[in-house]
Amino acid sequence: MTAGIRGARRADAPERPPALRAAWERIVAAPGAAPVLAIAGTLVLTTVVLLAAGVSPAEAYPAIVRGAVGEGNLEYTVANLVPTLGMALAFAIPFRAGEFNLGGDGQLALGGIAAAWLALAVPLPGGLAVAAPLAAAALAGALLAGVAAPLRTRLGIPAIVSTLLLSTPAVAFASYLVRFPLGEQGTGIAQTPPLPEAAHLPALGGSGHVTLAVPLVLALTAAWAYADARTVLGYEVRATGANREFARYGGVAVDRLATATLALGGACAGLVGGLIVLGPPYRFVDGALTAPGHTFTGIAAVLLAAGRPAAVPVTVALLTVLHVGGEGMEREIGVPSSLTQVVEGLVIVLVAAFATLRGLRDRGNGTATAGEVGA
Amino acid sequence: MSVLEATFAAAVLTATAPVALAALGGQVCAAAGVFNIALEGQLLWGAFTAVLASHLTGSAWWGVACAVAATTAYAALLSVPAVTFRADPIVVAVGVNLLALGLTAFLMRPVFGVRGTYSSPDLAGLPTLAELGLGGGPLAGILGPQSPLVPVTAGLVAAAAWWLRRTRSGLRLRGIGEHPAAAEALGLKVAAYRHGAVLGAGALCGLAGAQLALGNVTLFSEGMSAGRGWVAVVAVMLGGTRVAGVVAACLLFGVAEALGFRLQGEGLPQQAADAAPYLITLLALVLVRVRDRLRPVGGGAS
Repeated sequence: MTAGIRGARRADAPERPPALRAAWERIVAAPGAAPVLAIAGTLVLTTVVLLAAGVSPAEAYPAIVRGAVGEGNLEYTVANLVPTLGMALAFAIPFRAGEFNLGGDGQLALGGIAAAWLALAVPLPGGLAVAAPLAAAALAGALLAGVAAPLRTRLGIPAIVSTLLLSTPAVAFASYLVRFPLGEQGTGIAQTPPLPEAAHLPALGGSGHVTLAVPLVLALTAAWAYADARTVLGYEVRATGANREFARYGGVAVDRLATATLALGGACAGLVGGLIVLGPPYRFVDGALTAPGHTFTGIAAVLLAAGRPAAVPVTVALLTVLHVGGEGMEREIGVPSSLTQVVEGLVIVLVAAFATLRGLRDRGNGTATAGEVGA
Repeated sequence: MSVLEATFAAAVLTATAPVALAALGGQVCAAAGVFNIALEGQLLWGAFTAVLASHLTGSAWWGVACAVAATTAYAALLSVPAVTFRADPIVVAVGVNLLALGLTAFLMRPVFGVRGTYSSPDLAGLPTLAELGLGGGPLAGILGPQSPLVPVTAGLVAAAAWWLRRTRSGLRLRGIGEHPAAAEALGLKVAAYRHGAVLGAGALCGLAGAQLALGNVTLFSEGMSAGRGWVAVVAVMLGGTRVAGVVAACLLFGVAEALGFRLQGEGLPQQAADAAPYLITLLALVLVRVRDRLRPVGGGAS
């Protein structure tokens, strides 16, 4: 696993690497090198994919940049940091403890519909009108992801499988609710009625897109980075991610940590759903939360950052620009925006391969350890 | 057997076949000690390449052949990092799945000139057994509407069960999964067996994709694998080392899908029909695991 405590080198390190490799490793080990390398690698890959698709990079890159930061688009890109960063947290928090949360779509949709339901059903005064639906959204996401925890700790069913299998039914359930009991009557569109004015997230600086959600998600990310680096809990999470059995031996309540991190991850995803619904266009529209693929953009960003909290915002920003810019490119020169998914997929495969190439030198045992079956 | 029952049984078989093929691949990987969760992406890639080749050549059989070849090649994207570089197969597989989703959606526009779903009356699908003059006899109602890949699936299932249990290479493969270090000490080429298992799973997923896109229906749509690869992963976990157990788990999924489809016609919301197969599969896994836990220690195998 790439996440975890780094720097535990074996005392009897093997022979000196050749000069070229030594130089490479000096670059890799330099502070701040990881995000720079990740960005460079992603850009190279994007160029390769563009060329392979017969699209001129000279045409595509300006279109991506215009789509992401051009006139009127920048605030849209900034607003899009909310779902990407939020979904990155939803994956990263359990990932640090060695658990995979792939069910972000379900948690997102359930959180969104929970927020919409509360805002529509219970008119609340003042700040509560915003805070309560967001809390409900986070709770819904946490509960759904939390279901995976006992399956993992008591029955040995990997979270990666259970979260994913619970995701489709959750999305379907939200879709059912928005079509029938909670749907707006008479429009023929699967969406809830518009939420009351009081439940709208306050916009920042007169912007049409940027709301209070942006600073909120940034604060959450900062809190996570702080907890990960500076608190006992963060240390225990990293220890569990690095070596579960050793952490258990060291007195860490690994099962409780797995539950807590999965629930927290789910809460983040649910919260993102709530933030989307309480932002423009201020209603739950069926499919609008899951269709843009925020879940896997967040996962790709976390894996690209190798789970390191300091690098996650950087990779999230990069992939958000690619994502939003990709939509602009589609509008401008007709190249499908699924290009970003292609790049994200390739990035994950290559990062995984290179992460272990780097680790192979330190690995003592010669036997293959390519995965294990969840028995 | 009434016509209605036969139609239902046929629908179960149709729904089961692609999942069973993918699960068979997953089981071969599991036996070799590789946790393969890239089945979903490979299934989708197989479906896409099958439709693409059928579209280009006008022959569904070329579609099947190309899907098998292209998906075997695609599986190298998992096998090389995971086996040669010893990368985390789970992380690699997440990338492989995402790549398949992006690549197939991306290529649809230039290749088929549409987005979302491609279907055309000119697209050649697999013939049914009835059309080929096969599948007669007492089970005609069940077998007649199936594509020829359905009996092929049954044959492959039997062959895999026999191979894993009764042959030298099958035993070696299981030995590698059980204790790679010991197998290597005996002189077995662990990496070669694992490459073979992952690539073989790719070939099976190619076949599964061809059955899904040219047998079950005759079209390609974005993300049409729709979680079947994940159900296959669960089926492998349910069945453990027994091929029959894995197939039984796939049949459970097939029944759930066919039943959901049937009940939809009687007013069940489509969303419930979409959700049921995944919930039922997961529930089955939970029940089996709970039963295993309640069983006294040493009371049963695995």
